Amino acid sequence: MSEIVRSSQEAPEEPDFTATEHVHHPRRTDVDPRAARRAERQVVILFTLSAVFTIAALAAYVLIPVDAGVALPLAGGVGALNLALGLSFGLAILCIGLGVIHWARKLMPGGEVVAQRHELRSSDEERAEAVAAFERGLADSGFAQRPIIRRSLLGALALMPLPLVIILRDLYTAPEGAPSPAEQLSVTIWGEGIRVVSDVAERPIRPEDVPLGGLVSANPANLHDVEEEDGNLNARAKAAILLVRMRPDEIVSEQGEGWSYQGILAFSKICTHVGCPIALYEQRTHHLLCPCHQSTFDLADSGNVVFGPAARRMPQLPITVDEEGFIVAQSDFQEPVGPSFWERG
Amino acid sequence: MNSPVARRHPAALLLLLLGALAVVGTIYALVQTSTEARAAGAPSSQTQVEQGRTLYLEGCSSCHGLAGEGTSVAPSLIGAGAASTHFQVSTGRMPMAQPSVQVERKDPVYDAEQTAALAAYVASLGPGPASPTAEQLDTTNADLARGGELFRTNCAQCHNFAGRGAALTEGKYAPTLMDSTPQQVWEAMLTGPQNMPVFGDGTLNEEDKQDILKYVEHLQAQTQPGGLSLGSFGPVAEGAFLFTLGLGLMAAAAIWIGAKVR
Repeated sequence: MSEIVRSSQEAPEEPDFTATEHVHHPRRTDVDPRAARRAERQVVILFTLSAVFTIAALAAYVLIPVDAGVALPLAGGVGALNLALGLSFGLAILCIGLGVIHWARKLMPGGEVVAQRHELRSSDEERAEAVAAFERGLADSGFAQRPIIRRSLLGALALMPLPLVIILRDLYTAPEGAPSPAEQLSVTIWGEGIRVVSDVAERPIRPEDVPLGGLVSANPANLHDVEEEDGNLNARAKAAILLVRMRPDEIVSEQGEGWSYQGILAFSKICTHVGCPIALYEQRTHHLLCPCHQSTFDLADSGNVVFGPAARRMPQLPITVDEEGFIVAQSDFQEPVGPSFWERG
Repeated sequence: MNSPVARRHPAALLLLLLGALAVVGTIYALVQTSTEARAAGAPSSQTQVEQGRTLYLEGCSSCHGLAGEGTSVAPSLIGAGAASTHFQVSTGRMPMAQPSVQVERKDPVYDAEQTAALAAYVASLGPGPASPTAEQLDTTNADLARGGELFRTNCAQCHNFAGRGAALTEGKYAPTLMDSTPQQVWEAMLTGPQNMPVFGDGTLNEEDKQDILKYVEHLQAQTQPGGLSLGSFGPVAEGAFLFTLGLGLMAAAAIWIGAKVR
């Protein structure tokens, strides 16, 4: 039994409590050679297992085809190669870790070592010296005696962030004659007589195509006429709408007189909070829920916010039917779609 | 020695028990066979609609009314159609155990033949969406990629990008599609059960629906190449799970490393 208890040499004035409290209780491996041999065997087994798992990982990589699947209970179908690689290589690393710690705990010297902690406070002389140095610097620089220098420095520092603000503000500069960013955010490509076409399938929609309780993700028919640098993403991001149909007597209020058609309402698809496209519509409650932050809009009641962080109602698109019987917009949105921006107030 | 108890043979109690069991068993067997005879004999003697009507009166009429006209606790079934009936009954949602915010999928109460009979009866009450034919459900020539696009546009907002379902408001949820048959998916789109919107043939036509079916079938058959999927709920939920599990394992390891060795 080796006792490695060191009493503190450096701070003799502190009470020596180490002698009584930190007595090493011998482990079974310290006193019983059979236990020590057993622990040694266990460590060797863990290291050997690690080697076996590493070889298994290599074998799995070579032998298992990339597209092979294996069905696990509860988890379902899983890619066999990644599962085998993850398990074998993970276990290889784990066994080395377990072995090292088992070795340290059972076989390496187990005595406690006391390391004294010392006070971090500087000595009184050093503290006084630091204060004196600071005061001497203050006096030498004349920071207190020359107010004109001090004020001009403060003024210069206060001006410094201005270029950052200007640069950020001018990240987008509208070309000559083009609308400002605020004006661009306030309009979409919807306009009078523009047909509503369903998303993906891109078919124009008749009122009888929208069943009671129905929901249609739709775009303006002129979306593909838009030519932007990056396709029509900006136009699409603002113009996407939802068509829903409810019984006319279920509509509590609308954003404008005659904006719906036989219980069919068109609303922007872009959440007014931070602009997630949303179509999570409950046809019985007429609630539209944004999965990003749980803003909830009541489409039967002017698209008003009933829950969540959105501050503005969901803008409604006025619709009617053209002479061929397809649903068209009466005009553009009457308020900006999507999240709020600076100029909107 | 002449007490009344002593006069009974020791086996009398056993015989009495056996007799009682035999009587109860016989009565039960009689009742059982008569029910089975009625159910099995029905199609030959009655039309499918009449069989459905019998089942309806037994199992559904207490809530939906004697003629499917609806009551204060359940909607009218006139015009609900075969598609809606087959969806609700074959997914076990109807008959409902008790009214609640969410009607849950459970083991169906009626077998396929009974479900078809119920659907035929409800369809006879008034015109409504019909169940799809085997031809309509055939996705051999459907476009998987377009189905994925349609799914992400029309379905993924509620049912999750991998079809695993997700939460709605106030305790309601959109169920997972992993257990749904193609017919059930078709009927759900057509009829909009509970809070699901209706995706009628006018906006998602047969071709669109077949593409979506093919994509759902693809999702159901998909193996997870990256290992366990943790439910495909998305990176935040799965990350939080792994973070918690990882921290727990590390805490356990730290406790083991620091524990006193005996």
